[in-house]
Amino acid sequence: MTKVASSFTESIKNIKDGDTIIVGGFGLCGIPENAIVELAKQGTKNLTVVSNNCGVADWGLGLLLQNKQIDKMIASYVGENKVFEEQFLNGELDVELTPQGTLAERIRAGGAGIGGFYTPAGVGTPIAEGKEHKEIDGKTYIFEKAIKGDAALVKAWKGDPYGNLVYRKTSRNFNPLAAAAGTHTIAEVEELVQIGEIDPDHVHTPSIYVQELLLGKNYEKRIERLTVRKA
Amino acid sequence: MSDSREIIINRAVKEIEEGMVVNLGIGMPTMIADKIPAEKNIFLHSENGMLGIGNYPIEGEEDADLINAGKETVTAKPGAAFFDNAESFAMIRGGHVDLTILGGMEVSQTGDLANWMIPGKMVKGMGGAMDIVQGARKVVIIMTHTNKAGEAKIKKQCDLPLTGQGVVNRVITDMAVFDFTNEGMVLREALNGHSIELIKENTDADFTIDPSLSGGQ
Repeated sequence: MTKVASSFTESIKNIKDGDTIIVGGFGLCGIPENAIVELAKQGTKNLTVVSNNCGVADWGLGLLLQNKQIDKMIASYVGENKVFEEQFLNGELDVELTPQGTLAERIRAGGAGIGGFYTPAGVGTPIAEGKEHKEIDGKTYIFEKAIKGDAALVKAWKGDPYGNLVYRKTSRNFNPLAAAAGTHTIAEVEELVQIGEIDPDHVHTPSIYVQELLLGKNYEKRIERLTVRKA
Repeated sequence: MSDSREIIINRAVKEIEEGMVVNLGIGMPTMIADKIPAEKNIFLHSENGMLGIGNYPIEGEEDADLINAGKETVTAKPGAAFFDNAESFAMIRGGHVDLTILGGMEVSQTGDLANWMIPGKMVKGMGGAMDIVQGARKVVIIMTHTNKAGEAKIKKQCDLPLTGQGVVNRVITDMAVFDFTNEGMVLREALNGHSIELIKENTDADFTIDPSLSGGQ
């Protein structure tokens, strides 16, 4: 019953060339650091990556960009990464920009068995071009398709061997959505706790969505914009 | 802070009323947070999954797991809640957020907004802006009245690609406050002693003047 995997090396081998992977995180907050580093090491190619952002030049998903492992990126904001700009302008990288709420809902729908949905976000803008429009109760919506991943990489704070996950503060972000939408979900956690230690009332991602669980090490947890006030 | 920024921020903070749930955009709008009077009970919503942003952390107490949508380290105020991004945007699209204050590049006289891309320049992405302008109950745009070349940013039509069509309720600049109503665009306030004449000269749009304005302030 335990989903605790032997190593990141073995787990990440489940991701194949050409796969679509959904990756949790917002900026560098709550990203699956160990899984991304291992994926960069293995050099798996021609990936379609679905994630809100694409890391920074030398960390997070930026590592996969540096290695030219990504063919297509589906994201809402990529302004933090110079390598991205270079590869996009060279035509090496295909990009599908999606409004953030639409991206979150597309992933949610993918995990929930919904084919797609109508949203007002983007109506009258360039991203509505070519999409089905529908008027519902006098308001215009566009159709957006669900996203499913061959795999998902997520990061949680605590997990138990069944794969129940708890996130910490705003590092939750896209992680629970990614976990549900991945056919093969690999979760890494900061703390591996015993079965029964997580109060069922406090589970954020129920174990059913997780295929493999790993205890991550040496989390850098980089801060993109350190803002503080004087005591 | 430049004078024009200060004028805009000081005026924009007055939009925030007791008990509101407010989403502030990245950049100049984020600076409004510091100006909200402490006695007002406000919930700031952050689209990365938080309701109830507190102050910036005291040096040394920053937490990499606790950031706002601008990726700045923040704190959670008592009564705050964390949630995932789908839930965060359900709040936004579902009309549960009272007010959003966002930056703008161009606003049209019919309330169209352009604030996410300039053709020919690198496209960074729209983030959550397209969802927020559709879902927030009130959309207020803050921006300088003219661009660096002195050209009007409030125009008959936007030239830049849109973020949303007919979505803006109010625009606040360093010169004026305009509302977008069923009867068209209305000048509500002249700011910082600017005359209505000067506002007209710097606005490339058709608008009416609120009757309470008699020749500027």
